[in-house]
Amino acid sequence: MLTRRPFWLIAASLAPALAWAQAGDAVRGKQLYESRCIACHSIDANRVGPAHQGVVGRKAGSVADYDYSPAVKASSIVWTTVTLDHWLEDPEKTIPGQKMGYSVPEAQDRADLIAWLAKNPGP
Amino acid sequence: MTETPSQLIVPARRAFLTGTSKIALSASAILLLAGKDTLAQSMGGPMAADVGILNVALGLEYEAINAYQLGAQSGLLQKPVLDIAVKFQGDHKGHRDALVATIQKMGGKPVDEKKLDDYAKALKADTLKSQADVLDLAARLEMGATNAYLGVIPSFKDAQLAKIAGRLAADETMHWTILNNALGRPLPAEALPFGA
Repeated sequence: MLTRRPFWLIAASLAPALAWAQAGDAVRGKQLYESRCIACHSIDANRVGPAHQGVVGRKAGSVADYDYSPAVKASSIVWTTVTLDHWLEDPEKTIPGQKMGYSVPEAQDRADLIAWLAKNPGP
Repeated sequence: MTETPSQLIVPARRAFLTGTSKIALSASAILLLAGKDTLAQSMGGPMAADVGILNVALGLEYEAINAYQLGAQSGLLQKPVLDIAVKFQGDHKGHRDALVATIQKMGGKPVDEKKLDDYAKALKADTLKSQADVLDLAARLEMGATNAYLGVIPSFKDAQLAKIAGRLAADETMHWTILNNALGRPLPAEALPFGA
Protein backbone atom coordinates (compact mmCIF):
# COMPACT_ATOMS: atom_id res chain seq x y z
CA MET A 1 0.00 0.00 0.00
CA LEU A 2 1.33 3.41 -0.89
CA THR A 3 1.81 5.88 1.89
CA ARG A 4 2.11 9.57 1.46
CA ARG A 5 5.50 10.82 2.67
CA PRO A 6 5.84 14.34 4.01
CA PHE A 7 7.71 16.77 1.78
CA TRP A 8 10.44 17.31 4.35
CA LEU A 9 11.23 13.61 4.37
CA ILE A 10 11.56 13.51 0.58
CA ALA A 11 13.68 16.66 0.61
CA ALA A 12 15.90 15.25 3.32
CA SER A 13 16.42 12.05 1.39
CA LEU A 14 17.43 13.97 -1.71
CA ALA A 15 19.66 16.42 0.07
CA PRO A 16 22.81 14.27 0.17
CA ALA A 17 22.60 13.56 -3.54
CA LEU A 18 21.98 17.22 -4.36
CA ALA A 19 24.80 18.37 -2.12
CA TRP A 20 27.10 15.80 -3.69
CA ALA A 21 26.10 16.84 -7.19
CA GLN A 22 26.99 20.43 -6.37
CA ALA A 23 30.36 19.47 -4.96
CA GLY A 24 31.88 18.31 -8.23
CA ASP A 25 34.52 20.52 -9.82
CA ALA A 26 34.37 20.00 -13.58
CA VAL A 27 37.70 21.74 -14.17
CA ARG A 28 39.50 19.36 -11.85
CA GLY A 29 37.39 16.55 -13.25
CA LYS A 30 38.74 17.26 -16.73
CA GLN A 31 42.29 17.10 -15.38
CA LEU A 32 41.56 13.80 -13.69
CA TYR A 33 39.92 12.47 -16.83
CA GLU A 34 42.95 13.35 -18.92
CA SER A 35 45.36 11.65 -16.55
CA ARG A 36 43.40 8.61 -15.40
CA CYS A 37 40.75 7.78 -17.97
CA ILE A 38 42.50 8.76 -21.18
CA ALA A 39 44.28 5.44 -21.59
CA CYS A 40 41.00 3.74 -22.42
CA HIS A 41 38.38 6.43 -22.95
CA SER A 42 37.68 9.51 -25.04
CA ILE A 43 34.70 11.81 -24.87
CA ASP A 44 33.74 11.37 -28.51
CA ALA A 45 35.27 8.09 -29.70
CA ASN A 46 34.99 4.41 -28.80
CA ARG A 47 38.41 3.10 -27.86
CA VAL A 48 39.31 0.41 -25.34
CA GLY A 49 36.30 1.76 -23.46
CA PRO A 50 33.16 3.38 -24.84
CA ALA A 51 32.81 7.08 -25.70
CA HIS A 52 31.62 9.21 -22.80
CA GLN A 53 29.77 11.98 -24.59
CA GLY A 54 26.24 12.04 -23.23
CA VAL A 55 26.90 9.34 -20.67
CA VAL A 56 24.85 11.11 -17.98
CA GLY A 57 21.27 10.10 -18.67
CA ARG A 58 22.21 7.24 -20.97
CA LYS A 59 21.32 3.59 -20.46
CA ALA A 60 24.30 1.39 -19.71
CA GLY A 61 25.60 -0.59 -22.65
CA SER A 62 23.91 1.56 -25.27
CA VAL A 63 26.74 3.22 -27.22
CA ALA A 64 26.57 2.13 -30.85
CA ASP A 65 29.45 0.08 -32.23
CA TYR A 66 31.06 -0.59 -28.85
CA ASP A 67 31.66 -4.20 -27.81
CA TYR A 68 30.31 -4.28 -24.26
CA SER A 69 30.58 -7.18 -21.86
CA PRO A 70 27.37 -9.23 -21.76
CA ALA A 71 26.87 -8.05 -18.18
CA VAL A 72 26.82 -4.36 -19.09
CA LYS A 73 24.82 -5.02 -22.22
CA ALA A 74 22.13 -6.75 -20.14
CA SER A 75 22.12 -4.15 -17.39
CA SER A 76 19.09 -1.94 -16.95
CA ILE A 77 21.07 0.78 -15.20
CA VAL A 78 20.71 4.33 -16.44
CA TRP A 79 23.78 6.47 -15.78
CA THR A 80 22.93 9.26 -13.41
CA THR A 81 25.23 11.15 -11.08
CA VAL A 82 24.33 8.61 -8.41
CA THR A 83 24.75 5.43 -10.46
CA LEU A 84 27.96 6.74 -11.99
CA ASP A 85 29.27 7.38 -8.49
CA HIS A 86 28.52 3.78 -7.53
CA TRP A 87 30.08 2.50 -10.75
CA LEU A 88 33.29 4.45 -10.39
CA GLU A 89 33.61 3.44 -6.75
CA ASP A 90 33.19 -0.27 -7.50
CA PRO A 91 32.34 -1.31 -11.07
CA GLU A 92 32.17 -5.01 -10.26
CA LYS A 93 29.80 -4.50 -7.36
CA THR A 94 27.61 -2.26 -9.53
CA ILE A 95 27.45 -4.63 -12.51
CA PRO A 96 28.96 -8.05 -11.72
CA GLY A 97 30.78 -9.52 -14.69
CA GLN A 98 31.70 -6.21 -16.29
CA LYS A 99 35.25 -5.74 -17.59
CA MET A 100 36.54 -2.47 -16.11
CA GLY A 101 39.12 -3.28 -13.47
CA TYR A 102 39.76 0.37 -12.66
CA SER A 103 37.99 2.18 -9.84
CA VAL A 104 38.09 5.62 -8.28
CA PRO A 105 38.16 5.23 -4.49
CA GLU A 106 38.07 8.91 -3.49
CA ALA A 107 34.56 10.42 -3.37
CA GLN A 108 35.75 13.90 -4.34
CA ASP A 109 37.57 12.53 -7.37
CA ARG A 110 34.41 10.74 -8.46
CA ALA A 111 32.32 13.87 -7.99
CA ASP A 112 34.77 15.92 -10.03
CA LEU A 113 34.93 13.35 -12.82
CA ILE A 114 31.15 13.10 -12.98
CA ALA A 115 30.86 16.90 -13.03
CA TRP A 116 33.18 16.89 -16.07
CA LEU A 117 31.24 14.10 -17.77
CA ALA A 118 28.01 16.03 -17.21
CA LYS A 119 29.57 18.93 -19.11
CA ASN A 120 29.65 16.74 -22.21
CA PRO A 121 26.04 16.10 -23.13
CA GLY A 122 25.08 13.95 -26.06
CA PRO A 123 24.76 15.41 -29.54
CA MET B 1 70.24 -1.73 -29.99
CA THR B 2 69.61 1.80 -31.18
CA GLU B 3 71.80 4.30 -29.43
CA THR B 4 69.85 6.57 -27.20
CA PRO B 5 69.93 10.05 -28.67
CA SER B 6 71.43 12.70 -26.44
CA GLN B 7 68.93 15.25 -27.66
CA LEU B 8 66.16 13.34 -25.99
CA ILE B 9 67.70 12.16 -22.78
CA VAL B 10 69.84 14.05 -20.37
CA PRO B 11 73.13 12.21 -19.70
CA ALA B 12 72.27 11.32 -16.13
CA ARG B 13 69.43 9.19 -17.37
CA ARG B 14 71.30 7.40 -20.10
CA ALA B 15 72.80 4.64 -18.02
CA PHE B 16 69.51 4.02 -16.29
CA LEU B 17 67.62 3.74 -19.55
CA THR B 18 70.20 1.49 -21.10
CA GLY B 19 69.79 -0.82 -18.15
CA THR B 20 66.03 -0.65 -18.29
CA SER B 21 65.89 -1.76 -21.88
CA LYS B 22 67.72 -4.91 -20.96
CA ILE B 23 64.91 -6.02 -18.68
CA ALA B 24 62.13 -5.54 -21.18
CA LEU B 25 59.35 -8.01 -20.61
CA SER B 26 59.19 -11.14 -22.65
CA ALA B 27 56.40 -13.63 -22.81
CA SER B 28 58.49 -16.26 -21.09
CA ALA B 29 59.45 -13.86 -18.34
CA ILE B 30 55.87 -12.91 -17.76
CA LEU B 31 54.78 -16.49 -17.52
CA LEU B 32 57.63 -17.34 -15.23
CA LEU B 33 56.80 -14.40 -13.00
CA ALA B 34 53.15 -15.19 -12.95
CA GLY B 35 53.67 -18.88 -12.29
CA LYS B 36 50.93 -19.64 -14.74
CA ASP B 37 52.21 -23.10 -15.47
CA THR B 38 50.41 -24.29 -12.40
CA LEU B 39 47.18 -22.42 -12.91
CA ALA B 40 44.06 -24.40 -13.49
CA GLN B 41 42.79 -24.73 -17.01
CA SER B 42 39.23 -24.39 -15.81
CA MET B 43 38.62 -20.74 -15.29
CA GLY B 44 36.36 -19.73 -12.47
CA GLY B 45 35.14 -16.39 -11.13
CA PRO B 46 38.32 -14.78 -9.77
CA MET B 47 40.45 -16.01 -12.66
CA ALA B 48 37.83 -14.92 -15.17
CA ALA B 49 37.92 -11.46 -13.58
CA ASP B 50 41.70 -11.35 -13.90
CA VAL B 51 41.54 -12.44 -17.52
CA GLY B 52 39.01 -9.68 -18.12
CA ILE B 53 41.42 -7.10 -16.75
CA LEU B 54 44.28 -8.53 -18.80
CA ASN B 55 42.17 -8.34 -21.92
CA VAL B 56 41.44 -4.67 -21.30
CA ALA B 57 45.18 -4.18 -20.89
CA LEU B 58 45.73 -6.03 -24.16
CA GLY B 59 43.33 -3.66 -25.90
CA LEU B 60 45.31 -0.78 -24.49
CA GLU B 61 48.56 -2.26 -25.80
CA TYR B 62 47.09 -2.81 -29.27
CA GLU B 63 46.13 0.84 -29.32
CA ALA B 64 49.60 1.95 -28.22
CA ILE B 65 51.26 -0.16 -30.94
CA ASN B 66 49.01 1.36 -33.56
CA ALA B 67 49.42 4.88 -32.21
CA TYR B 68 53.19 4.60 -32.62
CA GLN B 69 52.64 3.09 -36.06
CA LEU B 70 50.54 6.07 -37.06
CA GLY B 71 53.21 8.40 -35.72
CA ALA B 72 56.01 6.55 -37.45
CA GLN B 73 54.32 6.54 -40.84
CA SER B 74 53.02 10.09 -40.57
CA GLY B 75 56.27 11.54 -41.86
CA LEU B 76 56.18 13.99 -38.97
CA LEU B 77 58.82 12.31 -36.80
CA GLN B 78 62.46 13.11 -37.44
CA LYS B 79 65.42 11.05 -36.33
CA PRO B 80 66.28 10.42 -33.52
CA VAL B 81 62.70 10.84 -32.31
CA LEU B 82 61.55 8.30 -34.88
CA ASP B 83 63.97 5.73 -33.50
CA ILE B 84 62.61 6.26 -30.01
CA ALA B 85 59.04 5.86 -31.25
CA VAL B 86 59.95 2.58 -32.92
CA LYS B 87 61.71 1.41 -29.74
CA PHE B 88 58.67 2.22 -27.63
CA GLN B 89 56.40 0.49 -30.13
CA GLY B 90 58.64 -2.55 -29.73
CA ASP B 91 58.14 -2.41 -25.97
CA HIS B 92 54.38 -2.38 -26.45
CA LYS B 93 54.65 -5.35 -28.79
CA GLY B 94 56.51 -7.13 -26.01
CA HIS B 95 53.71 -6.24 -23.60
CA ARG B 96 51.15 -7.50 -26.13
CA ASP B 97 52.91 -10.82 -26.57
CA ALA B 98 53.24 -11.28 -22.83
CA LEU B 99 49.58 -10.49 -22.21
CA VAL B 100 48.38 -12.78 -25.01
CA ALA B 101 50.51 -15.64 -23.69
CA THR B 102 49.30 -15.13 -20.13
CA ILE B 103 45.64 -14.90 -21.11
CA GLN B 104 45.93 -18.08 -23.16
CA LYS B 105 47.78 -19.87 -20.38
CA MET B 106 44.94 -18.96 -18.04
CA GLY B 107 42.44 -20.49 -20.43
CA GLY B 108 41.10 -17.17 -21.70
CA LYS B 109 40.64 -15.84 -25.20
CA PRO B 110 42.66 -12.75 -26.09
CA VAL B 111 40.69 -9.90 -27.64
CA ASP B 112 41.36 -9.16 -31.29
CA GLU B 113 43.31 -6.22 -32.61
CA LYS B 114 41.37 -3.71 -34.68
CA LYS B 115 42.45 -2.32 -38.03
CA LEU B 116 44.93 0.54 -38.18
CA ASP B 117 42.25 2.78 -39.69
CA ASP B 118 40.01 2.19 -36.69
CA TYR B 119 42.74 3.37 -34.33
CA ALA B 120 43.49 6.32 -36.62
CA LYS B 121 39.89 7.41 -36.44
CA ALA B 122 39.55 6.94 -32.68
CA LEU B 123 42.81 8.79 -32.00
CA LYS B 124 42.06 11.52 -34.54
CA ALA B 125 45.30 10.89 -36.36
CA ASP B 126 44.25 13.33 -39.07
CA THR B 127 44.67 16.18 -36.58
CA LEU B 128 48.38 15.45 -36.06
CA LYS B 129 50.27 18.19 -37.89
CA SER B 130 53.70 18.23 -36.30
CA GLN B 131 56.22 16.12 -34.41
CA ALA B 132 55.11 17.82 -31.21
CA ASP B 133 51.50 16.77 -31.88
CA VAL B 134 52.58 13.14 -32.23
CA LEU B 135 54.71 13.29 -29.09
CA ASP B 136 51.90 14.93 -27.17
CA LEU B 137 49.47 12.19 -28.15
CA ALA B 138 51.99 9.51 -27.23
CA ALA B 139 52.75 11.19 -23.89
CA ARG B 140 49.06 11.41 -23.02
CA LEU B 141 48.53 7.76 -23.86
CA GLU B 142 51.60 6.68 -21.90
CA MET B 143 50.52 8.65 -18.84
CA GLY B 144 47.07 7.19 -19.11
CA ALA B 145 48.50 3.71 -19.44
CA THR B 146 50.70 4.19 -16.40
CA ASN B 147 47.72 5.27 -14.34
CA ALA B 148 45.55 2.50 -15.75
CA TYR B 149 48.05 -0.22 -14.83
CA LEU B 150 48.58 1.22 -11.38
CA GLY B 151 44.83 1.57 -10.96
CA VAL B 152 44.01 -2.05 -11.71
CA ILE B 153 46.60 -3.48 -9.33
CA PRO B 154 44.14 -3.69 -6.41
CA SER B 155 41.60 -5.45 -8.62
CA PHE B 156 43.76 -8.49 -9.41
CA LYS B 157 42.92 -11.61 -7.43
CA ASP B 158 46.34 -13.07 -8.28
CA ALA B 159 49.16 -11.13 -6.61
CA GLN B 160 51.63 -12.18 -9.31
CA LEU B 161 49.45 -10.54 -11.94
CA ALA B 162 49.40 -7.41 -9.81
CA LYS B 163 53.18 -7.46 -9.85
CA ILE B 164 53.16 -7.72 -13.63
CA ALA B 165 50.84 -4.73 -13.83
CA GLY B 166 53.39 -2.86 -11.75
CA ARG B 167 56.17 -3.81 -14.15
CA LEU B 168 54.10 -2.73 -17.14
CA ALA B 169 53.36 0.58 -15.40
CA ALA B 170 57.09 1.08 -14.90
CA ASP B 171 57.70 0.66 -18.64
CA GLU B 172 54.95 3.16 -19.47
CA THR B 173 56.35 5.63 -16.95
CA MET B 174 59.75 5.35 -18.60
CA HIS B 175 58.15 6.08 -21.97
CA TRP B 176 56.24 9.06 -20.59
CA THR B 177 59.36 10.51 -19.01
CA ILE B 178 61.31 10.42 -22.26
CA LEU B 179 58.42 11.87 -24.27
CA ASN B 180 57.87 14.58 -21.69
CA ASN B 181 61.56 15.43 -21.90
CA ALA B 182 61.47 15.50 -25.70
CA LEU B 183 58.58 17.95 -25.54
CA GLY B 184 60.65 20.19 -23.29
CA ARG B 185 58.18 19.94 -20.46
CA PRO B 186 59.19 20.05 -16.81
CA LEU B 187 59.12 17.09 -14.52
CA PRO B 188 56.09 16.87 -12.19
CA ALA B 189 56.39 19.43 -9.43
CA GLU B 190 55.26 17.11 -6.67
CA ALA B 191 56.21 13.60 -5.65
CA LEU B 192 53.87 10.70 -6.40
CA PRO B 193 52.33 12.15 -9.57
CA PHE B 194 51.11 8.80 -10.89
CA GLY B 195 48.39 6.44 -9.81
CA ALA B 196 46.61 8.73 -7.38
